[in-house]
Amino acid sequence: MVTDIWPVLIQFIFGAGFAALILILAHIIKPKLKKPSESHPETFECGIPFSGDARGMFNIQFYIVAMLFILFDIEAVFLYPWAVTFLKYKEIGAAGFILIEMFVFLIILLIGYFYIIKKGALDWEDPE
Amino acid sequence: MEWYESEIIWVLIKILLLFFVIITGAGYYTLMERKGAGYFQLRYGPNRAGIFGIFQPLADGIKFLLKQETLPKNVDIYLFLAAPAISVITAVLLWSSIPFTPLIKLPVEVLGKSEVNLQVLNPNSGLLFLFAISSLSVYGILLAGWSSNNKYSLLGAVRSTAQMISYELSLSLSIIGVILMTGHLDIYRIVEAQSKYGWFLLTIPGFLSFFIFIVSVFAETNRLPFDLAEAESELIVGYHTEYGAFKFALFMVAEYINLITISFLTALLFFGGWNVPFFLREMLEGLWWGPLVGVLFFVVKGLFFAFLFIWVRWSLPRFRYDQLMNIGWKYLLPLAIFQIFLSGIYLYIK
Repeated sequence: MVTDIWPVLIQFIFGAGFAALILILAHIIKPKLKKPSESHPETFECGIPFSGDARGMFNIQFYIVAMLFILFDIEAVFLYPWAVTFLKYKEIGAAGFILIEMFVFLIILLIGYFYIIKKGALDWEDPE
Repeated sequence: MEWYESEIIWVLIKILLLFFVIITGAGYYTLMERKGAGYFQLRYGPNRAGIFGIFQPLADGIKFLLKQETLPKNVDIYLFLAAPAISVITAVLLWSSIPFTPLIKLPVEVLGKSEVNLQVLNPNSGLLFLFAISSLSVYGILLAGWSSNNKYSLLGAVRSTAQMISYELSLSLSIIGVILMTGHLDIYRIVEAQSKYGWFLLTIPGFLSFFIFIVSVFAETNRLPFDLAEAESELIVGYHTEYGAFKFALFMVAEYINLITISFLTALLFFGGWNVPFFLREMLEGLWWGPLVGVLFFVVKGLFFAFLFIWVRWSLPRFRYDQLMNIGWKYLLPLAIFQIFLSGIYLYIK
């Protein structure tokens, strides 16, 4: 039942409360400086003045990894129900059938996997 | 109705207990790490606050509270404050579905109860729940890095996210061997199955599962040799560069809670959890405090893996980022798929 997971909700409230309490507490008892330094709230950049901001571009490879992750993670989710029911199928003598079913699925997955390897989607720039 | 009859009170008590244990656990894990680091490098480690540095975590906590709080001026303030909270909440939520004792059958009724179960919640899809929540911890890191508006933070966060999602694949696939052998996602039943068939580590596919699991876990928790997210020689400290005082401490608490969770989960899934060695099992048969001895074994197993993280950290150098991604995608992922084939065939023959 979905409603049975209410203890998780309580735990969530406790966790959020803990984090909020600690942040507020730290805010209250922090040392009050008479003359705070001007450079203190600057963004850190190795001791030199900060230039530009961090909303720039970064390597496209990260997007590719994220996309491939979604594909493969969905495959993993499909495998879970199969794994849970395997023993039940074995009891009624259909283990061979369900095993071959999954092998077909995995082989299709592997074909896609070798395709992305051959395409070089997972090759990171070699610094050397 | 008496107070002890309502279930909500018991849940509150359990959660408070759990909170106390895991927060102090995380504190003392930092002490263990610093002591371990000290001894690996032939120095003493913290030894001023109390004998053997026993009050060091407490001193650290007070010091974090008394630090000047900085709020860098370019940050996105709401997300900046939410990020450490998200990390802590996800870390704490994980513990709601981890069982750490079997049902304890008391000899007499205490407060209207004859059975004690210390688990907050026992969902029958416990493993799925765990993986669902642990995937959420990526948000804490990504939001911290993005909202800081600092180049180092952003790079650290992006690296860390890509690394965590890459290794999550092999992690979730490596568990399939274990699920196949039990036919359950319920962690409690997985441990019970191991008392019948022995540790899963000792089966052929189980060993392979364990190997993939433990390597992925090191990457998932951003530990050396995979701590590219906070490679201090290139990125200062990665995604929490802009954080100070207790906001930083919350990230640390979350990180160490995650490490403890993973250590104990490894003990549960592959090392029989609270099952005692066979010669003790007959002696403890029928005793009501028998399960408590099991808990002792469970804690020892969990602490061993906690120590393993420290051990590896001070033994191995860091990988390069392209090497890290290659290991994850080109070696570990095919190995995890092979492991599914192997477990399937193994169970078919058995």
